[in-house]
Amino acid sequence: MTQRQQLVIIGNGMVGHHFAESFRQQAGADAWQVHIVGEEHHSAYDRVHLSEYFQGKGHAELALGTLDGYREAGIEAHLGVKADHIDRQAKTVTLSNGDTLAYDKLVLATGSYPFVPPIPGHEAERCFVYRTLDDLDAIRSAAAEGTTGVVIGGGLLGLEAANALKSLGLHTHVIEFAPRLMPVQLDDDAGQVLRAKIEELGVTVHTQTATQSIDTLDDGRLQLNFAEGDPLTTDVLVFSAGIRPQDALGRDCDLDMGERGGICVNNHCQTSDPDIYAIGEVALWDQKIFGLVAPGYRMAEAAAAHLDGGEAPFLGADMSTKLKLLGVDVGSIGDAHAASSGAISFRYNNEAKGVYKKIVTSADGKRLLGAILVGDNSVYDTLLQYHLNDIELPAEPDSLILPTSDATPALGVDALPDTATICSCLNVTKGDIVGAVDGGCCSVGDVKSETDASTGCGGCAAMLKDVVDATLEARGIEVDHSLCEHFSHTRQELYHLVLVEEIKTFDELIQHHGQGRGCDICKPAVASVLASVWNELVHDEPHVKLQDTNDTFLANMQKDGTYSIVPRIAGGEITPDKLLVIGQVAKDYNLYTKITGGQRIDLFGAQLHQLPDIWQTLIDAGFETGHAYGKSVRTVKSCVGSTWCRYGVQDSVGMAILLENRYKGLRAPHKLKFAVSGCTRECAEAQSKDIGVIATENGWNLYVCGNGGMKPRHADLFATDLDDVTLIKTIDRLLMFYIRTADRLQRTARWMENLEGGLDYLKDVILNDSLGINADLEAQMERVIDTYQCEWKATLEDEEKLKRFRTFVNSPEEDDNVVFVQERDQIRPATDDEKQNLIATA
Amino acid sequence: MTAQLKPDTWTPICTTNDLVPDSGVAAKIDNQQIALFYLPDEHRVYALANKDPFSNANVIARGLTGDLQGKTVVASPLYKQHFSLEDGQCLEDDSVRLDTWPARIEGDHVYISIQ
Ligand code: SRM
Ligand SMILES: Cc1cc2nc3c(=O)[nH]c(=O)nc-3n(C[C@H](O)[C@H](O)[C@H](O)COP(=O)(O)OP(=O)(O)OC[C@H]3O[C@@H](n4cnc5c(N)ncnc54)[C@H](O)[C@@H]3O)c2cc1C
Ligand code: SF4
Ligand code: FES
Repeated sequence: MTQRQQLVIIGNGMVGHHFAESFRQQAGADAWQVHIVGEEHHSAYDRVHLSEYFQGKGHAELALGTLDGYREAGIEAHLGVKADHIDRQAKTVTLSNGDTLAYDKLVLATGSYPFVPPIPGHEAERCFVYRTLDDLDAIRSAAAEGTTGVVIGGGLLGLEAANALKSLGLHTHVIEFAPRLMPVQLDDDAGQVLRAKIEELGVTVHTQTATQSIDTLDDGRLQLNFAEGDPLTTDVLVFSAGIRPQDALGRDCDLDMGERGGICVNNHCQTSDPDIYAIGEVALWDQKIFGLVAPGYRMAEAAAAHLDGGEAPFLGADMSTKLKLLGVDVGSIGDAHAASSGAISFRYNNEAKGVYKKIVTSADGKRLLGAILVGDNSVYDTLLQYHLNDIELPAEPDSLILPTSDATPALGVDALPDTATICSCLNVTKGDIVGAVDGGCCSVGDVKSETDASTGCGGCAAMLKDVVDATLEARGIEVDHSLCEHFSHTRQELYHLVLVEEIKTFDELIQHHGQGRGCDICKPAVASVLASVWNELVHDEPHVKLQDTNDTFLANMQKDGTYSIVPRIAGGEITPDKLLVIGQVAKDYNLYTKITGGQRIDLFGAQLHQLPDIWQTLIDAGFETGHAYGKSVRTVKSCVGSTWCRYGVQDSVGMAILLENRYKGLRAPHKLKFAVSGCTRECAEAQSKDIGVIATENGWNLYVCGNGGMKPRHADLFATDLDDVTLIKTIDRLLMFYIRTADRLQRTARWMENLEGGLDYLKDVILNDSLGINADLEAQMERVIDTYQCEWKATLEDEEKLKRFRTFVNSPEEDDNVVFVQERDQIRPATDDEKQNLIATA
Repeated sequence: MTAQLKPDTWTPICTTNDLVPDSGVAAKIDNQQIALFYLPDEHRVYALANKDPFSNANVIARGLTGDLQGKTVVASPLYKQHFSLEDGQCLEDDSVRLDTWPARIEGDHVYISIQ
């Protein structure tokens, strides 16, 4: 066997990780043993969204790679370990834990470090930088008892750090040496507009201010002394004065370096030593460092291809940015400062509204060279496409930024060539998106998962939607929101009509708001709405004709017309006596039994007329309907939890039973599944459920909108460390809000994906009551819970209803077309051939 | 006991009380399974074959009624194809049609006629 070659990656940041992923996809990857060395003890995470750490995301949500993932891919990860030295002769790397790794090829992806100006006193305990999760942990704990925070540096990252301090409840100051904020991306006027907007939000901005020294006061707070003006006292100080390439390793082993740092690379990202590559923020290409993630990713791909003998040269990258800083739109494209020769600029400045827009064009006014936007990014996508694709500007280029009575002349996505990049993070072109639609994707969500577009910074979301919609439209696929030919309303609209006009029956609704008799689409949908609002029994007289066969007969129809029976087994907990009853019923009626994927038992093969007798026996033994037939709460899966398990921190079974009993019978736009795990090992798989609950030392973490099934989705962390009462309140509200606003047959996962504003919006509504409807939602849930009845019990008590459970109205015979054969000691439906044979031999 | 059918005669099947408004029930005559749908606003009963040709299961009577493209229909509960109550024609597949029989309500009784 040939020895595998050794490939060592130093740096497990965004770009190092992306390199590992890209390299794995190369044809020759198997010939290599890959090592990745990272100084941080966390595996690679999404640094671009670092600030979301303060909004409740943990490493798990931000993670790009996991140790398990690396292990599965055969990559050896050395985390929490620093590479100290490279010996280019021996071709080895020495690590801080004393190990030495031999390499055939080496990739440096060590990124950059925040520059801290050597102001006297800058090493004080309450001084921080803003780059890693550890930095954020330190800032958070220092901010805990403080009132004031200062950021030194008013650039892009400085403002982001200021936002973070503000979100921690600190009164925040930003100190910038230059005369304006974001000096690199903005001009003076734009900086002025941005400053006014940010000050409106309560952040104090000091420009043209040089900090001369930092004193630590007796109480541990810091005092900043300036060249001019009064000193400032603060609890927390964050330096954000620019970044410097983390290039010490390269310098020590004498690779070619830039004058002001950075390891020089060619178009394949090779350094002056052809066996060593450098990518990401540590690499200097054409005298430029790219401080953004997208160019780093392109470098990673170029290096990965080259290592495998291929070619995907890196040829520079666009540095345009679009951001929301402290809630203010800021955009900067290309040559924002009109530095190119002959460039002319057009400006629009609206001080009243705090909007500033500038475009820079070529001398002939035909090409867009750059732009600056503050306060309104609506034309960013259009401008960027003009810029990147060299599209000829309209005769009056300023029309692009001037307000008009009509909508701004947007550049229709039709005008873009197929090669136009729509998502620069993931390098997805218009052509890729059109291809995905032609390959069967019918929604933005589908296209996202197919092409990965818009899964990076998210800045391209609006553009992506435009391209997808335009492409669908061009293919003649109309996105019609009517429920069906009988109602030109969406499910949400019907829900509101029912609620507001207090409509209690389908007939009333269709008379006033629809046409015709209805159909198998609108009838069950309206039945579900009526049930969620009024909670009358689904098979009461006015509703019974609306139900799908499963709801009508309170059982699931199988392929041969027989039914299955699923008693509720809340939380998966069942007594031996009840197990015996189920066993006895199955034997008495010759039913096939199976443990379901939802932690309960399904009995198959009952004919219509047998259902009441079977259910009578089950109900007498204390069972209830399991609603396996309804668009309603199915199961709450549980793990065994703290009662038995040595790791459990809460009683997950108890909570699962409580939740299942609380929400059983709740009708919803689609089925609802829950799970409760007793600790973070997550044996109940709660993160794949509509509602997932995971025990913590202090209570429960709530996850929402997960899905298994056809298109799995990991649930989002919604709230942490809730006590029992708050947990239930939160779930009450969330479920009712879902019931009110989701589409027909839309699971919570798809609902969330389509919800404008997404997770943040949902949190705002449910946790902060931003719509002021929470009391209402809770009351409505209370009403549904209070009116719960077991549908099977109610049916068995009503002779009229039982009449329907007859195989034939005019004969006590059974359906002779239902034929079973034996398999593995139980029955199963006979195939057509088997039926023929059985009849022939009878 | 199943009722015996005589050619060209109306055979009583059940009472109106056995029917479910805007919905179906199954009956069996002479080894033939029949789905009966009762539409009270037309005061009318429709009789169709109960066997669903797409699944070969006897389930048509348990489908949802409604109207589609101007026709009064029942949707098969298994795979949701629609059949016209009037003539049994499948809306999704021209080549499929369910047998139908004339049916009427007289007093409390429901009759159908074969041939
Ligand atoms: C019986 C069971 C399979 C089994 O033998 O284990 C089952 C059986 C059916 N599933 Fe399921 N699913 C069963 C667990 C699951 C699970 C696992 C779970 O719940 O943990 C999933 C994935 C989790 C999820 O839903 O997120 C699952 C995802 C589906 C889906 C896809 C839903 C989606 O959002 O993509 C469908 C189709 C649908 O609902 O539109 C479906 C539909 C069905 C239907 C209703 C199909 C049908 O119309 O006949 C089956 C009904 C059979 C019956 O008569 O009960 N079943 N199904 C399981 C019943 C669990 C229970 O106790 O109630
Ligand atoms: C708050 C914030 C917001 C940002 N927002 C955006 C944005 O909106 N858009 C955008 O495009 N970019 C943004 N960026 C920049 C983006 O995060 C970087 O461009 C990207 O992370 C660079 O990736 P990298 O792998 O080169 O460096 P890094 O992600 O910094 O990774 C380098 C890794 O190497 C490790 N390392 C260094 N030296 C050694 C050694 N000797 N041994 C072992 N390990 C070592 C480091 O610990 C680090 O984990 C933002 C950055 C921050 C901090
Ligand atoms: S996976 Fe498919 S076949 Fe299996 S139970 Fe679910 S729906 Fe039926
Ligand atoms: S441009 Fe960043 S995700 Fe598409």
